[in-house]
Amino acid sequence: MAADYNLFITEETIEGDADAEGPLAGATVAVKDNISTEGIRTTCGSEMLTDYVPPYSATVVDRLTEAGATVVGKTNMDEFGMGTTTETSAFGPTKNPVDPERVPGGSSGGSAAAVAAGEADIALGSDTGGSVRCPAAFCGVVGIKPTYGLVSRYGLVAYANSLEQIGPIAGTVEEAAAGLDAIAGPDPHDGTTRDLSEVEGADPDASYAAAADGDVDGLTVGVPTELFDGADERVVETVEAAIADLEAQGAETTEISLPSVEHAVQAYYVIAMAEASSNLARFDGVRYGNRADSDGNWNESFAETREEGFGAEVKRRILLGTYALSAGYHDKYYQKAQDARAWVRRDFEEAFADVDVIASPTMPVLPFELGESLDDPLRMYLADANTTPVNLANLPAVSVPAGEADGLPVGLQLVGPKFDEETVIRAASAVEDR
Amino acid sequence: MSDTSESADDAGEAPDGGDDAAAAVDAEEVRHVAELARVRLDDDEVEAFADQFGDILDYFEALDEVPETDREEELVNVMRPDEVEDGLTQAEALSNAEETEDGFFVGPKVS
Repeated sequence: MAADYNLFITEETIEGDADAEGPLAGATVAVKDNISTEGIRTTCGSEMLTDYVPPYSATVVDRLTEAGATVVGKTNMDEFGMGTTTETSAFGPTKNPVDPERVPGGSSGGSAAAVAAGEADIALGSDTGGSVRCPAAFCGVVGIKPTYGLVSRYGLVAYANSLEQIGPIAGTVEEAAAGLDAIAGPDPHDGTTRDLSEVEGADPDASYAAAADGDVDGLTVGVPTELFDGADERVVETVEAAIADLEAQGAETTEISLPSVEHAVQAYYVIAMAEASSNLARFDGVRYGNRADSDGNWNESFAETREEGFGAEVKRRILLGTYALSAGYHDKYYQKAQDARAWVRRDFEEAFADVDVIASPTMPVLPFELGESLDDPLRMYLADANTTPVNLANLPAVSVPAGEADGLPVGLQLVGPKFDEETVIRAASAVEDR
Repeated sequence: MSDTSESADDAGEAPDGGDDAAAAVDAEEVRHVAELARVRLDDDEVEAFADQFGDILDYFEALDEVPETDREEELVNVMRPDEVEDGLTQAEALSNAEETEDGFFVGPKVS
């Protein structure tokens, strides 16, 4: 089965601690191939890193195996996390187990598909602009994007540092939350992680799995019109029905407005591409990665190495990022994108003065057919309209199955205030209870 | 955080005023940026990117409508004592290099 869907780039095992007790003891976990595993190659879905074997493991991998989970393989992904379909992988596309003619979403498509196909209990993805939530929605499983700073990024191969978090994917909200319990927490190796005992209003003893109790009585759910406008009607109907069910369970809904999110995709792509152009400068074929056979000087050798090693989408983003940061364009693109980011953050803060969570479709579309969007990058970027605002605002979010439309899964996204993972998990568990 | 790489600083041709200029990108500009980013492109890629960049940058133009916004970052420095800790061994650090010599990385020739 696994081979049919092209779920894994590398199928190797890291045994979990056999003496561990708790919800992850004996569980199987699939790990996205941009998360370092000591002794097991970590390719990022790129030709550049086909033979790269990390000398250390990411903090999240150590925490999972210490909690008793066994790693069963490294999952397929869009190259360096750059894509919404898992089709930009140098290892070929992953197919959606729900409908093998369709993409599983991306960029953590192999991770979500591995859970949907029953090849792993839990999977780790990374979410820079929706890369955990999108494939969770398209494959009919649950994905959590944690608050920026909750989960260590040590050992995650960087794409856009200021936006990304590692997050769990699982078949149920409770299982995904148990995965989050294992990986969350400060890490001296990642200075951007936060100690919740020092964060105002956060609960350092939070049990995310225990929060999946389905109790939404009295919860206020904000419904932002901007994140429904322009979405596929079938998606909107399915999501609205799921929200109505939350009301039936005692939640209160109220319409809200987030005017800034109209600019989220633009701001996200400018910032992500700018950070990518800087991050991916490290791949020059000297310390790691494949090196082109070149007779040229170091500039020529680097350029040839990067021509061979990177696929089209990665080159596109490096070049656009370089362009947006270059003299004369920096203020026009990068500074305005940072303004938009601050505006998005303020919009959410104001909204959370009145509501506990914000609900919307995770993806405005149903899963694409394989090959459908690959030649039109802008169309692919626009599919991230509802997920990117969350990364710009550093907030926690869950994608939970809302139902099906035309036999295809539809995801409901729930966004919460910073470090209030418990509330979004609680609300998501009520969606799956109905 | 906004540290632009040295190679990006000399990008050259600044936009002339910008407001009325559509974000059309020609092949020459794509080649220039690719050179700054140290990515070689073949002619087909240059053509395709010039078309796509035009569309994408047109779309980014909407950022012009974004109001100047106060950026209250809650950022603090994270410090630790400067104490020697175990890191990678030299062999581990070199283990993924294409070419090494006497415990050093070997890079391409400088000129």
